[in-house]
Formats: sequence, structure tokens, C-alpha cells
Amino acid sequence: MSLSIQDLLATAAVAPGSVDAFLARHPFPLVEGRTVTFVFRGHADSVELVHWIFGLESSLPFQRVHGTELWHLSMDLPERSRVEYKLGVRRGMHHALIRDPLNERVARDPYGANSVVHGSGYQVPDWTNDDPFARRGEIVDRRIHSDAFGEERAVQVYLPARFRTTRRYPLLVVHDGPDYVQFAALRTILDNLIHRLEVPPLIAALTASPNRMTEYADDERHARFLADELVPDLERAYPLDPGADARGLMGASFGAVASLAAAWRRPGRFGRLLLQSGSFAFTDIGPHGRGPLFDPVVRFVNAFRAAPGRPAGKLFVTCGMYESLIYYNRSLIPLLTSTGMEVRFVEAPDGHNWENWRDRLREGLSWLFPGPAWAVYE
Amino acid sequence: MRATAILGPQRHAPCVRDALRSLPGHDPQRPVALVSAGWEEREREHDELQQHVACKVLNLEVFHRVEDVYRRDAELHRAVRERNERMRRLQSFYRTRLAHALSAARELLAADAETDLVEPERHEAVLAVRTIDLHHLDRLRGEHHAFWSKWRPEQRDAIAHHRRELRAILARCSALCVAGGHVGVLLNRLRLLALLDLVPELPVVAWSAGAMALSNRVVLFHDSPPQGPSDPEVFEAGLGVLGGVVPLPHAQYRLRLDDRARASLIARRFAPDLCLPLFGGEHLAWREGRWSARNPVQRLDLDGSLTEVAA
Repeated sequence: MSLSIQDLLATAAVAPGSVDAFLARHPFPLVEGRTVTFVFRGHADSVELVHWIFGLESSLPFQRVHGTELWHLSMDLPERSRVEYKLGVRRGMHHALIRDPLNERVARDPYGANSVVHGSGYQVPDWTNDDPFARRGEIVDRRIHSDAFGEERAVQVYLPARFRTTRRYPLLVVHDGPDYVQFAALRTILDNLIHRLEVPPLIAALTASPNRMTEYADDERHARFLADELVPDLERAYPLDPGADARGLMGASFGAVASLAAAWRRPGRFGRLLLQSGSFAFTDIGPHGRGPLFDPVVRFVNAFRAAPGRPAGKLFVTCGMYESLIYYNRSLIPLLTSTGMEVRFVEAPDGHNWENWRDRLREGLSWLFPGPAWAVYE
Repeated sequence: MRATAILGPQRHAPCVRDALRSLPGHDPQRPVALVSAGWEEREREHDELQQHVACKVLNLEVFHRVEDVYRRDAELHRAVRERNERMRRLQSFYRTRLAHALSAARELLAADAETDLVEPERHEAVLAVRTIDLHHLDRLRGEHHAFWSKWRPEQRDAIAHHRRELRAILARCSALCVAGGHVGVLLNRLRLLALLDLVPELPVVAWSAGAMALSNRVVLFHDSPPQGPSDPEVFEAGLGVLGGVVPLPHAQYRLRLDDRARASLIARRFAPDLCLPLFGGEHLAWREGRWSARNPVQRLDLDGSLTEVAA
């Protein structure tokens, strides 16, 4: 297949008018089959694609179309992929990292926003969007005194629509919960999945840490806070199902480490784990090379690999194929399975980002907490 | 013969008031009884329905009554659980056989071959699925029959007590409404109390799971569930109030109706019964052994298309 950019370049001399027409004719980035073409127009000495795809050079240079200010880069993009990126634009001594001016699609995260390209066949799942028919849950603020941390901690509690004190609810503790709500549409997704009966009405505790890189890295204080302070507090306040099968921990990146570590330190307390892009770095020999913040993580994962026990009943593990962490996550699956826990592992053609984690929530939550959709017809 | 109406889901397109008005002998001065056991612990929350209908609604509280029966009669409760476990295992065996038969039928329906060559094979493949469905239905009925013969629920004190109360309430009512919800819970509780036998002539209006429970066989379906099976399956023997129909409420959300081959297999499998998608606002009346559509009602045809049922 001839790419549109090749057709443009095939003309003997690209006139400004043909560049205008080219830009007006196509959406950008231009996805043609398995190839994506990024385009930038403007005065620059160099342009590069900055991305976070493990296995590729982290910045890829654009080519300038001779005699114009049009820059382009074509690369392979497997079907159903989702890639976040920025453009690095250099003008003399000035270098700027910007979002793609020709692409309105952005993904937000705690550090700002990136441009996003969707590979052929990728669609934003409909269950991540507001459904006007779905009843809305509510989020209430709660403060809990923690002896473990020696201070008061704020927690947001998601209560499902039609919450009643007369029934018992599963509890899902979400690490970085407010970020999940803001960047991964967690509240909307819970509303939708509960409305669709794909998960049962559940209560979610949305936790956040002022020092997550320490507290989430297998910190005994964190396990104590979750198991011995947060959960008992919520049990006093809300009608929770007491069984471990109805208790879940969830998190992404270091939040996944925190989830697995807390369940490991308190086996039998949390029967369901949803681990997304877990930073499960380990060493077989030599240094891990990921910096000192990973030291306690590596110590934990090495210890876990030596004696995993059976911290939970069901685990849903996801990771992006474009993350360096995919190696650790893939390595962990046989070990998790060997313990007798039910494990489901899903790889996605995506990176270490919130929309990747968002897109896996339906499959993960409905597997860990299956709803009554099959038998309910309202 | 009991006058009956089945309706599409009521939350966004309520038509139960019109359905009640169209029942023979409807008296707006008398209350209507409501079974909302499919809503389980939310059973008593029928305010929206009360606002919609023009007459007083008396909630029969069937879910909570059966909870009370289980508390008072532990032996019966244990027997119900054991029967349910046997039926759950039967369902598992049935699914195993069904998966293979459906796979063969789908493959043949999609086969690119001369009609005279392949059509008889398609027919036989669909018949094989029907045979499995009917066998399963027989097994389910057998389980109910054995349970009923052994335990005689209607003669046990806890149930007899509630049946007396229910009979007195129903005697004041001009009709019975059966709402949707969890079809298994609804059906089990209606059956345990033998509620419909209390008032054989009382007109009934049922929607969603309520309509499913009143049919001859309860078919569960969802073409795109996030987990688990996605083949429609016979789940239970219904109460048999409605003959000749398979209610498929919320079909527009649960079935891939644009997949004609898939929809066709559903219609062919359950023929000669009519597969009714039961969209919101639809109203079908059953009287004197005949169906009549009170407003436009769609049926799933053998070729997988939707056709309006004649008024």
C-alpha cells in the first residue's frame, strides 16, 4: 500500500499549496493499516517523536520535506495499539517538548497531558463514557486516624447508586484512587458496570499516599493501615460483606506492588487483587539498575518469589506490551499460578499510562467481582 | 382462562398503567398486587411504579416472605439448597453438551455450500440443539416434581401461613403485576409459594424477568458478557402461564441483533415459539388462547430479522 506521505513526496517539488491540501485532507497522526505517520509543520531545526514504547529508541527523528517546513515520521503501529507521545522541537538552542498541534486527542495524567495515537481497530470502550441511563453513585470524604502512620489520612469512599444499609457490599480498596477517578474514569466505570450488572454494587475506598514511592514499596505500615485500620473503620461505617472473597485491593505501578505486598503480609484478608502494570522488579543476579527507590520493591519481589504463599484467591494482572515492566509481569505469572491462586493475565498493546489501566477495568473487575447480568432482566 | 399481558422493560418507557386499564374487568378503585421479588432486598422500593399507575399498589413482599419461610423452616431451606445445587450441576452438564451442538450448528449455518446439500444438515443441527434444550427442560421439571412430591411445600406451616395472608390480599386486588429483576430468585419464590395457584383467574401484567418467569421455559441470553458463557441457554422451567413465546427483554442491549446468522439461530432453535425481544414500551396481550399486540411489537424471525407482530 502506498502511504499518503509517500504520494506527497513523489511529486517533483512539493509546493506550499500541496502541503496545505495534504494537511487539510487527512486527520493526524495518519493511520494507514499498520503504519502511522506523524506530521509537524513549522519552523524548526529538528523534530523528534518522544514516546515511552519499550524496545524502541525513546526519541525518533522526523524527516523534513525538502523546501518546506513540513516534517514527517512513519512507523509501525500494530492493530488496536494506543500510544502516548510528545513532539520534541528544536529551534537553535531552544528545545521544547510539546503536544502534537495537529492532534486534538490527549490523555491526561498527574504530570499533565500527552498526545495520543490510536492504532487501527482501537476504540475507546463505550463503558468508559457517561451513560445517561446509569444511576450515579456518590463519593464521600472520610478521615481516618492511623496509628501506623501517626497521622490522619483522608480517604474517599465510593458508594454505589441505590446504596442501602440493609445489604452487604464487597469492598475494593483502590490505591491512588483519586487519580483513578480523575485519569481513568473509575467513578463513571463503576457506575456503568454496576448499572449493566457486570459487577455487583460495591463500595470502593479511594486511597492516596503523600509518599507513595516509599509507602507502596512493601511498607509494613501500609499493610497495617489497610488491614488493621482502614478496613475495620469502613466495617464500622458501612455494611460490608465479611468474606475475603468480597475484599479486593487494586493499584497500578507502585500501587500494584502495594496491593500484592499488603495481601502477602496479611494473607487471607484480601481475596481479590487487580494488579496493573506492577513494578515487580526483581533480580536473579547482580544489581537491578532501577535506582534506589526500587530497592525495597526488589527485596519484596525477590522474597515473594522465594516464598509466595497464597495471599489471595483470584488475581487479575495486566500490563502493557510497550512497557519495560512487561518482562517482570510475564515472569511473575507462572509463579502466581503455581500457588493455586486463580490468575488471569492480560497484555495490552499500550504503555504505562492511565488510559491503558482504564481500558482493562471492565474485564478485571467483572472477573474478580462478577455481577448478576446473566440472570437479571429489569 | 387468565388474561395476561407482557410488557417491555418499564424503567424508561412505562406502559403498565395502560396495560392494567386494558385488562377485562379492570377496576381502578381496587388495588393491584405487586410481586417484585426479583429486586431482592430492594423489593419494597416500588415508589416509581406507584407514581406511574393510577391505583393503589399492594406489594406482596414475596422475597421477604420466603426469607421468613427459610428462617422458620430450616429443613425446607436445606432441601431447597440441595435441589438448587443439583440443578446447578445439571446446568453445567447441559452447557457442555450445548456448546458442542451450537458450535456445529453455527458452523453449518455459515457454511458456503449449495442449498440442497447443506440445508438438511443445518436443519438437523438445529434439531440437535432443540433436542438438548428439551431434554434439559425435562430434567429441570423432573427435579421440581421430585422436590414437590417429597416436601409438599404448600402443606408446611411456614408456607401455609403466608399463603393464607397472600390469598386474603389478592382477593382485594383487580390484577397482579410481576416486575423484573433476578429471574431465578423471582421464579423460585413464586414457585415455592405457588402464588399464581391462589388466584387462577386474576389477570396478570408482567414485564422483563416477570414475563420470562411466566413463560414455559426461561431462556437466559447475553451475546457480549464481560465474562462467562454467551450462548443462550434454557435456565429453568417457567410457570407456564404464557404459551408459545420466549421473552427476550433488553434484547437491543444483550443480543447482537445486527448479526443475522446469530439471531436466526436463536429464532430457529426456539421455534415454533415466538422469540420476542420486548423493547421498551411494547405491550402484548394474551387472551382466549391468542396473542394480540396492543402497540407495535417486534418478533425475531427465523431469518434473524425483526418483524412487527400483527395487531
